[in-house]
Parts: sequence; C-alpha cells; structure tokens
Amino acid sequence: MAKSKELLFDPVVNDNPIALQVLGICSALAVTSSMSVAFVMSLAVIAVTAFSGLFVSVIRSQIPSSIRIIVQMTIIASLVIVVDQILKAFAYEISKQLSVFVGLIITNCIVMGRAEAFAMKNGPVESFIDGIGNGLGYSAILMVVGFIRELFGSGSLFGVEILTKITEGGWYYTNGMMLLPPSAFFIIGFIIWGIRAWKTSQVEVDEFKIAPNSKMKEA
Amino acid sequence: MEHFISLFVKAIFIENMALAFFLGMCTFLALSKDIKTAVGLGVAVIVVLAITVPVNNLILTGLLQEGALTWISPELASVDLRFLGLLSYIGVIAALVQILEMFLDKYVPALYNALGVFLPLITVNCAILGASLFMVEREYNFSESVVYGLGAGVGWALAITALAGVREKLKYSDVPDGLKGLGITFITVGLMSLGFMSFSGVSL
Repeated sequence: MAKSKELLFDPVVNDNPIALQVLGICSALAVTSSMSVAFVMSLAVIAVTAFSGLFVSVIRSQIPSSIRIIVQMTIIASLVIVVDQILKAFAYEISKQLSVFVGLIITNCIVMGRAEAFAMKNGPVESFIDGIGNGLGYSAILMVVGFIRELFGSGSLFGVEILTKITEGGWYYTNGMMLLPPSAFFIIGFIIWGIRAWKTSQVEVDEFKIAPNSKMKEA
Repeated sequence: MEHFISLFVKAIFIENMALAFFLGMCTFLALSKDIKTAVGLGVAVIVVLAITVPVNNLILTGLLQEGALTWISPELASVDLRFLGLLSYIGVIAALVQILEMFLDKYVPALYNALGVFLPLITVNCAILGASLFMVEREYNFSESVVYGLGAGVGWALAITALAGVREKLKYSDVPDGLKGLGITFITVGLMSLGFMSFSGVSL
C-alpha cells in the first residue's frame, strides 16, 4: 500500500512532470487564463493518462516492440476522442474555449512518456495509479498558474468575483498582462525556481564552472 | 494574392506557434541549447508542416466532412466522420514523417544526415498536430492551408533559432542556483513572447 501512495504523490512535488521532467508544457500554458478551463483540462488529462496507462499495461506483453509507439498512439488517440466527445456533449462552452488543446492531449508528452516509461514495464494497477499521480502533478501546476492568472488578470476565481474591479466601482485595477501568453512563462519559471530553492537536489548542474574575476596585478 | 501574403505574415509573427500558442514547447525547450541543432530542427518542422497541413486538409474535405463521401455513392452524403479526425490526422502525420524519412534517406542523403535524429521526434511535436487542428477549426481551403502550413513552420523555426541564440549567450552569465537551466529558459521565452506580442497591433 505504501508503494501505491508513493506512486500517487511522488509526481506531485518530488518528481513533477512539468517542473522537473519538462513534459507536457504546451497545453499547460495555453489553457490557464481561467480556473474553470484549467480544471476541466486537468480532469481530461488525468483521465487520459490513467486509462492509457491501464490499457497499455494490460496488453503490454502482446505489443511487438517495433510498432509499440503506433499502438500506444492509437490507444491514446482513441481515449482523447472519447474525452473530446464527452466534453462536447456535457460542457460545450468550455470545450469551445479549450479549442484545439483537447486534441493536443494526444501529443502531450506526459501521456506518451508515462505509457512508454512506466506502463510498458509495470502491472495494470500500478500503471493506472501512476497515470493518476502524473495527471495530478500536471494539474497541480495548472491550477496554481490558473489561480494566479485569473485572480490578478480578471479579479475572479472560477468566474466568481473576488477583487472588485475599478470598472465596476471597486478598487482593483486588473493586470491585463496576466491574461496574455508571456505571463504564463514567467509564472512557471518562478514556480520552478520556488520548487528548486526548496528541494535543492533538483538544481541543474553547470556544464562548466565560471572562473572568478581575477584582478590585474599592479606592475 | 494579398490575402495569402497577410495569412503568411500572420502565421509567422502574430500567431506564432511557439510564442503565442505554446505549441511544440517540449522540443522547443529541450533542443534549443545550440544554434546548429535549432536550425536543423526548424528546417525539419517547416518541411513537415508544409506537407502535413495540406494533406490533412485533403483528408478532411475528401473523406471526413459531412457530404464528403458522395464521390463513392450519393447515399453516403449524410455521413459525418469528423469525430475520427484526431485519429486520422495523427496517423497521417506519423505516416508522412516515416515516408519523408525514407525518401530523404534514398534521394537526398545530405539533408537526411542533417535532419536525421529530428525527423522521428517531429511526430510527437504538438506544433504539427496543432497546425492541422487550427486548419480545421478556421476552415481554411486547400491553398490557404498550404500557405498557413508554411508560415506556421517558418514562425516556429524563427522562434527556436532566436531562443537558441539567446541561450548560447546565456551560458556565460551568472544565474541564481534555483533558476539554472529550465527556470531561466522559461523567463527568457516569456520575454521573447512579450516581444512578439508587439506584432499583435499590426493589422493586415
């Protein structure tokens, strides 16, 4: 039991897919300008990583290794189609806002990466839990970025007003840059800085050392 | 003609794949450490995008769209296979990349050696699938999708080459420990993206 707990929670902080493994950044940035969209995207990614892990792992001994990428891709693409259709049926407005990014879960490296690195070598149950764990790690970053961007960009959370805007007679002047793409890069950059300042073992090693400035000796 | 030029410029600068839509980020961040690699990868992306977007457009109009199957038999006019879109596009991309790789290996070995490692990687590059999906969403016709594919590719290549240039210089600067590597790259990309935002005022 301890092991499944590890599988579930390790990817959230210690081995975060976005901050440490640099996987699946594409969609992490694009869907975070509001919390509700980020939340739906997180659910979709958790579902796809978990079930693709499960299915790949179930048939892992039947997959010939030369065509394994195609097989994984087909499984993932089919799952994404299911998720896409469900979203269109039950959350049409949000699926419009997510536009192409639901489809892009297919090429999200987290899904492929976990299928290839974990599900091909482990049992179905572990792979399922590992999928949920990595999905959660991804969601954690997504929700934090979404929180900052929506709170400061439009003064609300999940569409509910928190800070009253000046345009509506309040005091908060919205920071428009938070809704634009660059802010997502900055926020993720700072989150990575934060995580690495806390867990110093994750700091990347220099390729070479820079020698300290040497003062010219006076002749 | 003007329409195509404006579409091309828009795809490169205003709606830059990497900096405005965050597509192809994984490769964008991982392989931008030196300019030579970045240029190689950029060229490969241009080639693949310029081919896959128009081909996927043909697949959409010839097979998937509602009423597209009338050339087989008029009874199929009401069949709408668009829900199979994702699966077909990724299949087409994977197959085309494979064919391109074999073709280059046989006829243009010099280019094959230059692109070698990057071609297979491109299948899972979100920029490629993303461009096809944008083509579907914005309902481009065939000639528009040729221009769009080319433009999107050039835009992505431009962005990765510029980032690689910045990172080559950045190697020699003293960065705080926690920001080293990935962290500072994100901040750099953020600043570049801010720069590209200034194009968004250009009206075409």
